[in-house]
Amino acid sequence: MDMKILTCTVNDRKVQVGYDPRESLLDTLRNRLNLTSVKRGCEVGECGACTVLIDGVATDTCLYLTEWAEGKEILTVEGLQAADGTLHPIQQAFIDEFAVQCGFCIPGLIMSTVEIVNSGKSYTRDELRKLLSGHLCRCTGYQNIMNAVEKAVEFCHERVGSEDEAVTA
Amino acid sequence: MYDIESLYQATSIADAVSALAQDPEAIVIAGGTDVLVKVREGKLSGAHLVSIHELHDELDGVTLADDGTVEIGPITWFHHVTTSPIIQQTVPTLGDACDTPGGPQLRVSGTIGGNVCNAATSADSASTLFAYGALLDVVGPAGARTIPIEEWYAGPGRSTKARDELLVKIRIPKDRYEGFSGYYFKYGKRRALEIATMGCCCLVKLSDDKTRVDDIRLAFGVAGPTPMRATGAEDGVRGLSVAEAAERIGELAQADTSPRDSWRASKEFRLQLIKEMSKRSFIEAARRGGADI
Repeated sequence: MDMKILTCTVNDRKVQVGYDPRESLLDTLRNRLNLTSVKRGCEVGECGACTVLIDGVATDTCLYLTEWAEGKEILTVEGLQAADGTLHPIQQAFIDEFAVQCGFCIPGLIMSTVEIVNSGKSYTRDELRKLLSGHLCRCTGYQNIMNAVEKAVEFCHERVGSEDEAVTA
Repeated sequence: MYDIESLYQATSIADAVSALAQDPEAIVIAGGTDVLVKVREGKLSGAHLVSIHELHDELDGVTLADDGTVEIGPITWFHHVTTSPIIQQTVPTLGDACDTPGGPQLRVSGTIGGNVCNAATSADSASTLFAYGALLDVVGPAGARTIPIEEWYAGPGRSTKARDELLVKIRIPKDRYEGFSGYYFKYGKRRALEIATMGCCCLVKLSDDKTRVDDIRLAFGVAGPTPMRATGAEDGVRGLSVAEAAERIGELAQADTSPRDSWRASKEFRLQLIKEMSKRSFIEAARRGGADI
């Protein structure tokens, strides 16, 4: 198929990139924009490793055609770090709670956590479980992941309460 | 990269219908969570796709008509069906059912119309739409028509909608939901990212004193090759006390259904599920309607 040009915003930057209309957004983000935090896992919408935010909504990019991303705002883990390299509090929480084993599922989980934090709401642990149920961790490190997510949500909400600093990436 | 031959982004309903008419191999893609998986498996390799993904103005969202009919645009995400205040006030059981497919990310790609058009017996919204007696409006080259959901399913994965027709609205008239309380029960081995081994939706309308079953609708997914109503069971318990109905509904439902063996579950296990899930769904629906059981 003839190549086309996608214009969208990726990690707060306007991007124009050529793509083949047969590509999924996962293909385009990984192979053309080198955003390798977006993991190629099951490719059928079951594992959540390819999750990014599209217009603020955590979405599996393996089942999302690049064609549909025209004009959209996309956020990946690469867009979370501060300019000086400081980790986002969600990333820091995953480190503090030893939530990372092999690490393959973590970028997707972090992006779902960004969506959870951005909602501004508080959740019970059961609610968080359900919100994260679209992710599979094959190291089965779920307990520490849950601890990290809980900590990240608490920390981000407190920070919003105490300072004027925005936590949204 | 997907093995697709062509991808056309429709700009309107009329544009999509004409694109489907022009290319006899073209099929519709909405959320992509079924079509792209089938392309990847090779079942739809070389597909000619007409995308209605971006037709938000015409096909997205839930509205309430003046006569109380709930109108759902087919490309409404599962998640938006679940969270719609209109759905929660009128047909909450459909919102519950739409909260069960896949996981959260899938529910913001997968659409209720896709779930219907895919015509799988295991589709989570199917049994509930069946119980609510949904009306499905389609538009094709020959014009518009309405297909009641009872006439929608032609076989496993097949509907009576023609290839060149587009589902444009799902409607549930007021008399089909008013006064009913309901429950959707999905049985699977996991609580997320699972295809239903059995799905059961029970809607009940209780007498004013909440002790008798004035009306009931019991529908299943995976109890046969297509989603279905268990009308024999409905007739068998209509008019009974809530307690009697709860005793009898399970066996009556078994007699109505014809599940099959598959790698997910044996026929015998499915029959056991039908019996138990009918009873539990009925009891929960009746409780939600105010019955003391």
